[in-house]
Amino acid sequence: MNTELSGILVSFTITLLIAIPLGKYLAKMFAGEKVWTDFMKPIESGIYKLSGINPNQPMNWKQFLKGMITLNSLWLIYGFFMLMYQDKLPLNPDGNPGMSADLAFNSIVSFVANTNLQHYSGETGATYLIQHFVLMFLQFTSAATGIACAVAVFKALHDKTTTDVGNFWVYLVRAITRLLLPLSVVIALILAFNGTPASYAGKDQFISMQGDTVNVSRGPAAQFIAIKHLGTNGGGWFGANSAHPLENPNYITNITEIVSQMIIPIAMVLAFGYFIRRKKLGWVIFGVMTLGMFMLMIPTISSELGGNPAIAKMGISQTTGAMEGKEVRIGPMATAYWSTLTTIVSTGSVNGMHDSTMPLTGLWQMLGMMINSFYGGCGVGVLNYLIYLIIAVFISGLMVGRTPEFLGHKVEAREVKIAALVTLLSPFLILAGTALSSYVFTNHGAADWAVKPSAWLNNPGYHGFSEMLYENTSSNANNGSGFEGLGDNNIFWNVSTGLIILLGRFLPIVGPVAIAGLLGQKKFIPESAGTLKTDTITFGMMTLAVILVLNALSYFPALVLGPIAEHFSMLK
Amino acid sequence: MKTSSNKLFEPALVQTALKESFIKLNPKTMMRNPVMFTVEIGTLIMLYVTFYSFTHASQGSFAYNCSIFIILLLTLLFANFAEAIAEARGKAQADSLRKTREDTPAKVLLEDGSVTTRSSNQLLKGDVFVCEAGDTIPTDGEIIEGLATIDESAITGESAPVIREAGGDKSSVTGGTKVLSDNIKVVVTTQPGESFLDKMIALVEGASRQKTPNEIALTILLASFTLVFIIVCVTLQPFAAYANTTITIAALISLFVCLIPTTIGGLLSAIGIAGMDRALRANVITKSGKAVETAGDIDVLLLDKTGTITIGNRKATHFWPAPGIAQDDFVRACVLSSLADETPEGKSIIELSLSPTLSKGEGVERELHKLVDQYKALSFGEGLGEAFEFIKFSAETRASGINTPDGTRIRKGAFDSIKNMAINAGHKFDNEIEERVKAISSKGGTPLVVAKNEEVMGVIELQDIIKPDIAERFERLRKMGIKTVMVTGDNPLTAKFIAEKAGVDDFIAEAKPEDKMRYIKAEQAAGKLVAMMGDGTNDAPALAQADVGVAMNSGTQAAKEAGNMVDLDNDPTKLIEIVEIGKQLLITRGTLTTFSIANDVAKYFAIVPALFIASIPALQAINIMHLHSPESAILSAVIFNAIIIPMLIPLALKGVAYKPIGASALLRRNLLIYGLGGVLAPFIGIKLIDLLISVMI
Repeated sequence: MNTELSGILVSFTITLLIAIPLGKYLAKMFAGEKVWTDFMKPIESGIYKLSGINPNQPMNWKQFLKGMITLNSLWLIYGFFMLMYQDKLPLNPDGNPGMSADLAFNSIVSFVANTNLQHYSGETGATYLIQHFVLMFLQFTSAATGIACAVAVFKALHDKTTTDVGNFWVYLVRAITRLLLPLSVVIALILAFNGTPASYAGKDQFISMQGDTVNVSRGPAAQFIAIKHLGTNGGGWFGANSAHPLENPNYITNITEIVSQMIIPIAMVLAFGYFIRRKKLGWVIFGVMTLGMFMLMIPTISSELGGNPAIAKMGISQTTGAMEGKEVRIGPMATAYWSTLTTIVSTGSVNGMHDSTMPLTGLWQMLGMMINSFYGGCGVGVLNYLIYLIIAVFISGLMVGRTPEFLGHKVEAREVKIAALVTLLSPFLILAGTALSSYVFTNHGAADWAVKPSAWLNNPGYHGFSEMLYENTSSNANNGSGFEGLGDNNIFWNVSTGLIILLGRFLPIVGPVAIAGLLGQKKFIPESAGTLKTDTITFGMMTLAVILVLNALSYFPALVLGPIAEHFSMLK
Repeated sequence: MKTSSNKLFEPALVQTALKESFIKLNPKTMMRNPVMFTVEIGTLIMLYVTFYSFTHASQGSFAYNCSIFIILLLTLLFANFAEAIAEARGKAQADSLRKTREDTPAKVLLEDGSVTTRSSNQLLKGDVFVCEAGDTIPTDGEIIEGLATIDESAITGESAPVIREAGGDKSSVTGGTKVLSDNIKVVVTTQPGESFLDKMIALVEGASRQKTPNEIALTILLASFTLVFIIVCVTLQPFAAYANTTITIAALISLFVCLIPTTIGGLLSAIGIAGMDRALRANVITKSGKAVETAGDIDVLLLDKTGTITIGNRKATHFWPAPGIAQDDFVRACVLSSLADETPEGKSIIELSLSPTLSKGEGVERELHKLVDQYKALSFGEGLGEAFEFIKFSAETRASGINTPDGTRIRKGAFDSIKNMAINAGHKFDNEIEERVKAISSKGGTPLVVAKNEEVMGVIELQDIIKPDIAERFERLRKMGIKTVMVTGDNPLTAKFIAEKAGVDDFIAEAKPEDKMRYIKAEQAAGKLVAMMGDGTNDAPALAQADVGVAMNSGTQAAKEAGNMVDLDNDPTKLIEIVEIGKQLLITRGTLTTFSIANDVAKYFAIVPALFIASIPALQAINIMHLHSPESAILSAVIFNAIIIPMLIPLALKGVAYKPIGASALLRRNLLIYGLGGVLAPFIGIKLIDLLISVMI
């Protein structure tokens, strides 16, 4: 076995070794059982007292969501003004300017929504104060928001019949104090000891061997990079993300970063099973997601290792695979591995340039984001999967001749309506967004924006279409990565992707929580031999089929015009 | 109705349905079905484009546009036809039932006591009519006076006449049935046009047909799929503009119509109507479509023991003579004891005595026959009491019997009473008899002891005869996940024995109507759906409480009002069929939805390359079916999409078979057939159609 492959296997094994016990721990911790992190209790009590929260107050799903939306709205307003006026605030050693209104809107939405689609570059776009007290703060809270909402779903489906989905504030606080914060400290320490900067000093300078003066940005990056991966946020401290030698100094940090972005999404899936006392369901969902991951990862790795056919045609041998846009020290396989994971779990940080990957790799990356529930983001992955699951339950329930039910609750018109709307939302946002940008590009190329539409594509043609499709897909999936050939810092992209992120974040959270809340209120029906069990491999495959067919049907024409057309034209 | 044909497409019905398919094109009607309504809009646009293309070349040739328009119109007509034929079949079925009772002359009893003749459809609720032997009963009603034997074969197909009498639970008569003997006074219980049958017909007809909750949920899902494809098709226009491709309106609408789930959309209402129709064919009148659907979800089934699990009444199965008593003497005593016993048990004793399979001495059988014939002759003549003295059963003695002219006293009765009688008379009571009695009881049987002149002759064993195929039916129910509960008036010991033997899961012994009610409520509180069948007035509350209450047509009006189905056959095992019909209904919807969506994969591979191949030649690689030309590819896809609807009508009407093999296995099976089959079938179908078209062009 070559070292590239064993590196991947080791990395995935470490991920599982951490995620499995973490899943058990999360189920216990959120259920309020005794766990070793109970020593955080005094801090939590202090927070509750300070904020006037009664941690024992039960909430129904509407109250829960109201709390979630209110809090997130406050952060939006707070962050928006901080970003616009960052130049007038302290901790700005490099003298970075304030953001324009549209960029501030896009950036703050993007961080509140766990997306981190950065239309600015970290080095020059944000001050230390912003990075620390807005962006990093939101990287904690947005991940915790997703986790809290997933736990609400667990709670609603755990009880036989209940209106209580748990207390939003308690879940939110615990997700930070007992999960994100401790793990981030560990990860940040590993990164700092391996060379990632953690100082508040401004740019450093050295004179290169060629005699040029080189300015090197730095700052308190290690802690930021830790939570950006752990919370599947993805916003880089440096513009080049983990392809930057200071953000990702060596192979150990590479593994640390890729492992840390996977553990919570996987642990949450298993925690679902443990929490509702249907361990097997958690494992079946995990199995489906893992299978889905391999279905995307294997062709990705193979197309990257295969090299570029256009270069091959020139008679140049590519023994190391396609190297454009990749770090030599990381190599194509580890980059392909990362690119699959970062797109399926909605982190969106990169360790190579996605824009430079093979057309088919781009296809798999986009598909991963369109599906958005092969593990998926922190907490929201489970929520997205729940939507597919409800549709699978409904169709397969009919197919076995019983009114569909999930975990002992009948799935009826109202739940189907919500699931259908959420399913509808993704194709609507992605396709409408791409259609709008294509229309503007074709018909209003000369519009007077910071980046003119006619100039926003580095490669017009099929690849240009892919760049726009990718940008919209990434926004809807709250992923945040980009085909960076797209010049996206103008009012059009800032506003359109901002809106897509906002809708693509909150409706798919509200929907599943509402469905679980509604299901939880219904009469509990005990299982019988006629009940369709959802924790079987058969049903898992049914859900996978629903996921694949729904996404294929929604995006096939768009994908044909982008990556598929590019791929086949390249072969000609 | 038994004579009505089961053929799917009867010419007369097809004709009505064809006409209806055009009438249903009315947008107001189409609007009820969002999927097909969007097809109608598409068709109208194509009509406009067809005219436009007559003078302008930019939208493709006139012939091409016209063909697309015609195929889309056919798609609509096919879908309408599916619904219309299902309606027509249901209506025909109900009509044939209704016809039996139309224009029957009714002898109406007026208040002054005189009788006038009036047509049956002028009978109002509360009217009283009389029927004599030979009359056809004009309408549904309840006997208020008298008793009659009635031939119900017109409704049930069962030729054996039944007895209906005033008061009690067998007082209902059905219009269209015939009085065979005696005369009865009947009060009309329904207004004209409001009978269950009328309600059922209204359910089948479009106007008052309401969608069931499940149908609504599925319609929402289908509508959302339709919306996804609207988005896909609308956004395709700017995508194509970016790629410097022009897409004709015909191609865009074809893509849209092919993608939206027209197969299930077109067949959805037909499936629902066919479900009710199938119930009607099983001789069950449902009061709502929802009831049929709910039947498929039933968890618990309450069944009366008598008539459902066991055949009617107990039967004598064995004669056990006492030690020292000859078999022949005992049999003779048994026959004598039961000569005047009109109960089914008594009759079965005679039957068993006379049966050739029972070993008897030479000439005994002939002798017994003579005895019975002699009794029958006597009972019609005078002086019966002089020859034999019959002792009727009374609650005090708990025995019945006969005193013959020669002074022999023969008694037959419960163990205790005969034992007392024997001991009082100074006879000994053999231990072996007592043990026999216990053995019979423990096997669920009923022992009857026979004594001659107070001396015990032996024991007759009566047993419940469990229906031969009932255990398998319960096994089938168990596999469906349905718990069966036997309701019986027997003591717990007997009940337990029969329950085990028949294979029911639970039983309610010594059941009173309140017990049924309590049981149903307890199961419902645990979240289960309960079905029961009943006929008596005291069953009415339980019938109303149950999620599916099936009243027997022979039952009281109160029972029929309380339940949500009426079984015309009075067949207690009917519930099992009803459950399967309910399940079939859902399965048919589910599998055709899956099939419809799975079809889209192939349609994409036909149409998408066709749209872009001119401007992006590299996309020839995804034309994996190697279709002839863009036009032929699009035409093939729309043609396939249209003709799959009529091809699936028989399946929609008959329903997809239900197999009780467990939910997961059933899902695997249906996924394989309708999911995978749904992916593959159109690849083959579209390719074949394309081959045909390419020859014709």
